[in-house]
Amino acid sequence: MLKINNLNANIEDKSILKDFSLNINPGEVHAIMGPNGSGKSTLSNILSGKKGYEISGEVLFENKNLFELETEERAHKGIFLAFQYPLEIPGVNTNIFLKTSLNAIRKAKGEKELDAIEFLKLVKEKAKELKFDEEKLNRQLNVGFSGGEKKKNEILQMSMLSPKLSILDETDSGLDIDALKVVSDGVNTLRNKDNSFLIITHYQRLLDYIKPDFVHVLMNGKIIKSGGPELALELEKKGYENFN
Amino acid sequence: MDTREKDIENLKDYKYGFSTDIENIRAPKGLNEDVIKFISNIKKEPKWMLDFRLKSFKRLQNLKEPDWQKPKYPKIDYQDLYYYSAPKSMSDKPKSLDELDPKLLETYKKLGIPLQEQARLNGIAIDAVFDSVSVATTFKDELTKQGIIFCSMSEAIQKHSDLVKKYLGTVIPTTDHFFATLNSAVFTDGSFVYIPEGVRCPMELSTYFRINASQTGQFERTLIIADKGSYVSYLEGCTAPMRDENQLHAANVELIALDDAEIKYSTVQNWYPGDENGKGGIYNFVTKRGLCKGRNSKISWTQVETGSAITWKYPSCILKGDNSIGEFYSIAITNNHQKADTGTKMIHLGKNTKSKIISKGISAGFSDMTYRGLVDINPKAKNSSNYTQCDSLLMGNKCGAHTVPYIKNKNFNSNIAHEATTSKISEEQLHYCQQRGLNPEEAVGLIVNGFCKEVLQQLPMEFAVEAQKLVGISLEGSVG
Repeated sequence: MLKINNLNANIEDKSILKDFSLNINPGEVHAIMGPNGSGKSTLSNILSGKKGYEISGEVLFENKNLFELETEERAHKGIFLAFQYPLEIPGVNTNIFLKTSLNAIRKAKGEKELDAIEFLKLVKEKAKELKFDEEKLNRQLNVGFSGGEKKKNEILQMSMLSPKLSILDETDSGLDIDALKVVSDGVNTLRNKDNSFLIITHYQRLLDYIKPDFVHVLMNGKIIKSGGPELALELEKKGYENFN
Repeated sequence: MDTREKDIENLKDYKYGFSTDIENIRAPKGLNEDVIKFISNIKKEPKWMLDFRLKSFKRLQNLKEPDWQKPKYPKIDYQDLYYYSAPKSMSDKPKSLDELDPKLLETYKKLGIPLQEQARLNGIAIDAVFDSVSVATTFKDELTKQGIIFCSMSEAIQKHSDLVKKYLGTVIPTTDHFFATLNSAVFTDGSFVYIPEGVRCPMELSTYFRINASQTGQFERTLIIADKGSYVSYLEGCTAPMRDENQLHAANVELIALDDAEIKYSTVQNWYPGDENGKGGIYNFVTKRGLCKGRNSKISWTQVETGSAITWKYPSCILKGDNSIGEFYSIAITNNHQKADTGTKMIHLGKNTKSKIISKGISAGFSDMTYRGLVDINPKAKNSSNYTQCDSLLMGNKCGAHTVPYIKNKNFNSNIAHEATTSKISEEQLHYCQQRGLNPEEAVGLIVNGFCKEVLQQLPMEFAVEAQKLVGISLEGSVG
């Protein structure tokens, strides 16, 4: 589904990703762990289409060159990024944002757009599943939301859009146990033989709830080791500094 | 339509940029007493009306065109304009819509303004003004049953002479500034509304202004009187064909609210803004003023200003009656080379008067936007208050936004609060929206509509959706 070959990324002459390669097949859950500044967020930014990086190498999504697609086209094709710092958009009702987003993607896929009633039914259903406070759906997008609520909102959007590839950028950071459970429930519900996940995290903790197929350790812009879930436990024990 | 116009039309997607090929009756070019007499004569006006015009014209000779505004423009040659242009078919005014020139009906259909039966579905009464004359007013009979008068100004001058005579020029006197006085001398048509005592107008009243003829100024005049305890909501919309000349639109609007009456006046202004290089477009130099004459009266202005090459207007409230309320909600959008200098004046004269100003300015491209507002609390206006909020949103780094508030508080019991912010749409917000499947223009539309929400909420529901779309369309091409 996603093939990254020798990806290099620089920002203002500073090299962040160095010959980074990764292959994600349909249905797989990959976790990338690494210390601050190892290039984790750069990876998610580049995959989502954020501008401002000098890039070389190749990224294929379903055998299409990702770099030829605009950010929104990547979203239309089924790439979703749960942001590390979800944005606030003052004056825009959360429901309206969700509906606009869902219908933009449905339209691009040639599916029928949902009307207000169909949409409300769906969003209520999903919010209930994720224990997302329905009252928040009528508030301005992320304005005045706590850190945990913003992250839950990302997961709600993910489950509404049911993407093929979901990238979670430190979604677990700063979450209490209950919220962590919500996030992992969201992922596990969506998990099936077609949908893939790339979970970027500092901590092993999230992986107690979402069992990854593969764990990769990212340091200084490179994957230095890959393995199964046991790698995360090893990493937790040793710490990043002693891992090499 | 000649080929040059067609070329211009193909250039950019201003939906309303077509012109109607229709035979016109025009006054001779130029501004002089004879032209004014021509206008008055063709409209079969009573003598007092002609006197009003001539008095204004005389006064005009001593007035100078103001030049303190931020957007400058090349000198207008007032002798090189036509002051009256009307479709020939209107010279014997049709008695009903069925008699109306099919070309006119077609024009309004193209503009999305249904004048015929389908108007009923919308439940909005419309007065349509084409160049210098009102061509049709819908729902007249139903309004008449409640004693409501909604007709063209020309008709009102003839049939409701007492009311017009009593109120015309009482809010904007003939001794006002240059453009207002010019209007008093040469105004051609517009809408007249009278809501009798205690009546709540059962439907939205709306006027649709269309400039069609070239080299023609549009000088309409609107007068709305809400008698004691009455209520009316009124909306105006405007469009013009795309032409590479600048056209002048200098309207006067006067509102009068008596005791316990309320007038809600909304504007969606989408005059042709000129092309992306700033060629052509309407000069929208309009004087709008409301008088809260009675106790507990209320006047509320809402404007969505997206069109025109230059917008220069300050819809104002004179809060004369005790406990009266004035409100001003504004969205002004400038793109490409458009310029706007707009805001309001709140003049507090009565006790316990309140005013509220919410202004949202959005500038993109090479455009320039100024909010200019006056809050003046007079010594006798005890316990009065004003709240002003002015927010500016910049897109790109070649546009400008300026805020110029004038605040005069002349007594100790009153208070004025002013808040102002300037922000930019962040790359991060755009990226976030795009990641959720919106293209850059949809993303900007969404963010800007969020920014304007407090004002959009004030519009009658039928028009809020339209205005939201317009906000998005006006900013097309502003992200790259």
